[in-house]
Amino acid sequence: MARTSTHMRHAAITVLAWGIALWMFFPILWMVLTGFKSEPDAISTPPHFFFSPTISSYQDVFARENYWHFATNSVVISAMATVVALLVSVPAAYAMAFLPGPRTRMTLLWMLSTRMLPSVGVLVPIYLLARATGLLDSRTGLIVIYMLTNLPITVWMLYTFFREVPVAILEAGRMDGATRWQEVTQVLMPLALPGIASTGLLSLILCWNETFWSLNLTSSIAAPLTTFIASFSSPEGLFFAKLSAASTLAVAPIMVFGWVSQKQLVRGLTFGAVK
Amino acid sequence: MATVELRNLRKTYLHEEIIKGVSLVIAEREFIVFVGPSGCGKSTLLRMIAGLEDISAGDLLIDGQRVNDTEPARRGLAMVFQSYALYPHMNVYRNMEFSLRLAGMPEAERRQRIGDVARILQLDPYLDHKPGQLSGGQRQRVAIGRAIVRNPRVFLFDEPLSNLDAALRGQMRVELASLHRRLGATTIYVTHDQVEAMTMADRIVVLNKGVVEQIGTPLELYHRPRNLFVARFMGSPPMNLLPVTINAQIPEGSVQVRTETLSVSIPTQQTGLEAGAPATLGIRPEHIRIDPQGAVQGVIEISERLGAVTLLHVRLPDGQMIVVQTGGDNADRADTPIRMTFEEEHCHLFDADGMALARSTDHPLLAGA
Repeated sequence: MARTSTHMRHAAITVLAWGIALWMFFPILWMVLTGFKSEPDAISTPPHFFFSPTISSYQDVFARENYWHFATNSVVISAMATVVALLVSVPAAYAMAFLPGPRTRMTLLWMLSTRMLPSVGVLVPIYLLARATGLLDSRTGLIVIYMLTNLPITVWMLYTFFREVPVAILEAGRMDGATRWQEVTQVLMPLALPGIASTGLLSLILCWNETFWSLNLTSSIAAPLTTFIASFSSPEGLFFAKLSAASTLAVAPIMVFGWVSQKQLVRGLTFGAVK
Repeated sequence: MATVELRNLRKTYLHEEIIKGVSLVIAEREFIVFVGPSGCGKSTLLRMIAGLEDISAGDLLIDGQRVNDTEPARRGLAMVFQSYALYPHMNVYRNMEFSLRLAGMPEAERRQRIGDVARILQLDPYLDHKPGQLSGGQRQRVAIGRAIVRNPRVFLFDEPLSNLDAALRGQMRVELASLHRRLGATTIYVTHDQVEAMTMADRIVVLNKGVVEQIGTPLELYHRPRNLFVARFMGSPPMNLLPVTINAQIPEGSVQVRTETLSVSIPTQQTGLEAGAPATLGIRPEHIRIDPQGAVQGVIEISERLGAVTLLHVRLPDGQMIVVQTGGDNADRADTPIRMTFEEEHCHLFDADGMALARSTDHPLLAGA
């Protein structure tokens, strides 16, 4: 009896999990499907699940905009912002994790609190600053902004990972004659590498998906893929198929990337929670 | 090998003094054990010597040179950590090589040294294993090996055996002792286990709340505890302590003390004891004899048979519990009334402040010490 009820419960959980997963995945699936529809099919009600697929939307998208220009911008900006963020946050997290002062905790919370401020709240000052420094519509401008907005998250994550490293191992390194630099590069970094990797991955994804600043601070030269999608959005939901095709093109790289690295990501995001 | 001198070392942390002035001279090749209950400051003191904690006041000298502000690695010390603290991403060879590589030693010499140490510690078959693949005892050996390859002036051990099970701990204790004899290195060893302290130390430093309670050889501490704290801490099962009242000082070097139900004369050199003053009588379980004519009576509550010896937990008429050690062939069972004699020459007497009164007899092994 007990055995059957356990089986039933497992089955129920499996069905529920699949249901939730499909429910969350459905918009993406729908977007991909719509990209292969003709424009009339795309907006028909009731919606068509079966249709004759066409790649005309993709052809139109490629004809109208230079996809590779936007894609290159996305890759360069996300990668650079992530690299710089790690360069800044590894030493910061090291100091906070291993040399904490009486105000470390407050500093960490304050950093996190900056993420709670809506971006639009600082739009005007940031825009004016970017204009004054000539960083409007430049990759450098976006790299700086992305790096700064992600710093609280990268510092927090690395701080959590570093805290898991036993202090005694670093002290052993110090006793063995390691300088601070050698202690970090030869003892701490190899130990925390999985954590640093997941932090980098998360930062990449956040940068790739960032829309607000890219729309407001770039127009053409430095515009990443999020701007590319936005350029296909039109009022009254016209050209829905083309918008879907453009969106698919924009999210495909990061989805493939996330798929490949999901093991690392899951480990990173649940680190410390499950032991 | 080296001498280490602590001159009034102090450590203050967040306005609280944790080490309250410790002075000690450690001779070359000496095996010193810091022992005390948790929180007594023994690990902090070791870490101050290692250079992992700042010294708030006082001087630390190694071979006569002040090293307060010297980097840990430049003090010429090697430390074995309680958690072993091996580098998990390096194999056994690399773990031992790390310090030599940082010191810029040529490859051939490194290989030679590590080979020698691995042979001493029987680690040859595991040189390419990662720490995660080793058992607790093997990890311990790697940690010791990592310390030995550096050929340090002083070895520091921070509770190195506390993560091992009892059998392995006994074995490693013997190995460490023979290793010390072989290397002849000055060693400072921290433990909370008084058995480790007794068996390995040349001299023991008993610490309590950041203060040295007593420094001495194991037998000195056992037979001549300076105060109640040391008397309680050293010895297992611990010394029996009974509150007593001074009855009268008998002129020829002895004093009579009593409780409501017993009266003992204890030889002492102390003079000027006031009748009626409170004191504490201390007697070790092996110094109470079962004696049908004995003056002290009690009832056995529990009898613990350890094989070689039997420990009788006896309730005295005033309700106090004492432990009596007898032979393993003792047949007395619980609830049996017995009579005992306290061997007077082995009794300790502590005054109201817990300080031991001067003894007039001494243990034969301590003669001249």
